[in-house]
Amino acid sequence: MLKSFLAVLKRDLLLAMRRRSDIFTVLFFFIIVVSIFPLGVGFEKAMLQQIAPGIIWVAALLASTLALERIFANDFADGTLEQMLLTPQPLGVLVFAKILAHWLLTGLPLVLIAPLAALQYHLDFSTTLTMMSVLLIGTPVLSMVGAIGAALTLGLRGGGVLISLLVLPLYIPVLVYGAGAVAASMQGGISLQPYYLLLSAFLLLALVFAPWATAASLRISVE
Amino acid sequence: MSEFFAMGGYGFYVWCSMGAVAVLMILEPVLLSIKHRQLIKNIKRQNRRQASRENTASQTEKS
Amino acid sequence: MTINWFKYSSPASFYPLAGKLIPVFMVLAIVLTLGGLYWGFFQTPDVLSDQKQYYRIIFVHIASAWMAMWLYVVMVFWAVLGLIFNTRLSYMFACATAVTGAIMTALSLWTGAFWGQTSWGTWWDWDPRMTTQLILLFLYMGYIALHSAIDDNRRADRASAVLAMVGLAIVPVIYYSINCPDPNACASLHQESSMERIETNIFIAIMTTVAGFWMYCFAVILMRTRNIILQRERKSSWVARLEALK
Repeated sequence: MLKSFLAVLKRDLLLAMRRRSDIFTVLFFFIIVVSIFPLGVGFEKAMLQQIAPGIIWVAALLASTLALERIFANDFADGTLEQMLLTPQPLGVLVFAKILAHWLLTGLPLVLIAPLAALQYHLDFSTTLTMMSVLLIGTPVLSMVGAIGAALTLGLRGGGVLISLLVLPLYIPVLVYGAGAVAASMQGGISLQPYYLLLSAFLLLALVFAPWATAASLRISVE
Repeated sequence: MSEFFAMGGYGFYVWCSMGAVAVLMILEPVLLSIKHRQLIKNIKRQNRRQASRENTASQTEKS
Repeated sequence: MTINWFKYSSPASFYPLAGKLIPVFMVLAIVLTLGGLYWGFFQTPDVLSDQKQYYRIIFVHIASAWMAMWLYVVMVFWAVLGLIFNTRLSYMFACATAVTGAIMTALSLWTGAFWGQTSWGTWWDWDPRMTTQLILLFLYMGYIALHSAIDDNRRADRASAVLAMVGLAIVPVIYYSINCPDPNACASLHQESSMERIETNIFIAIMTTVAGFWMYCFAVILMRTRNIILQRERKSSWVARLEALK
């Protein structure tokens, strides 16, 4: 089981490395969205600091929905996905490997690039660290919940827009506490532990249920 | 009577909400029954067409 | 005695039954809704002085808001039943419920805006209940959009059923997160129910209107289910033998 998990993970990473531009598209989308906001709302430092957590998180949300369609689309197009459904290995494990690969390629880069966005919005060092750590806990949840949406809309016309419609409302709890944690760390004097606990709880729940739900959705969509 | 419709100055708000509720809740069943009638009509037409096709088919067989 | 629970789960036997039930529910809906509103408008003059006339909005507002929430649960119930027993009819029910649920949600937001403008002086407020209602509308829209985007009925039914289930699982979390964006501040989150402080006549009016809305939803959902049945089963032999088609 572990072997098949690693095999799928390695394969997905390898395929992505052959087409590196896909990773950078998502990353640049994130940076562009974050950079465009100050042009619209003005450059006042206090205000930028205040709206930074929300904007960076919303940009991360949009960037991750943008990339979702690709989790299964290529495998579906060339028939690999059907083969995967037929293997004796539990589908949930293979799906989990694919989601993990997807997060490593789209979620993790967002976490690493976040300090750049923090600089643009004049966030101090400790706030930047908080932001990186909540993004680290939060973005996997986005990938997992999003994978369900990607599986449900597999192969549909206009699937990309549809995914955002289905998945964005489900992202709200992560957005609320992710952005809330950053805002709280900026104010100082507030315990951040509850935020981390809640986000970790979401992550654990998503780890348990999302691969299974995604596998079920894939079976519905491909059959 | 006009006092009743004025609702103590809140007539606009009260009747706008009541009106929206009334319009949607009347419109929905009306639209559904129109759709129902259309569906029945379509199926009838389809059945008739099929029946006539079967008739002509049996006639051509005889001749 | 064994009861055949699945007797009416086939569209062929359900279709005529629904046809008989619709008028009953429709009449009940009209009587109860109008009765409740009559009570609310004419039996509460001593409670609602001139300054509080806007209180009339609450009758339809509460009714539609409750229906919006209940219908989502009803929809998920039928969707899950469909996934378990693989009965076509339950999916059709779920699908029919979604549209009425979305309409009820829209109505509750609309009436809520007027209520807010009169009692708080603002059309929209990011109050937890209103925000949750808005998210509920998005969830209904997502369900309907997914269902209509898939051409194959069987896949559409089952995919949207999964979506509805996931939605129901996340709704409490969404509600909690909107209710309490700062987890430090609400260790003891307790939202008091405002239903207990309500005057008897208003309570009667609200409850009667709610019952009327329930009946209305039953009637409309049955009508839409019948339409869906006709649409999907137009080629089957029992449809051709229907009384109405002769």
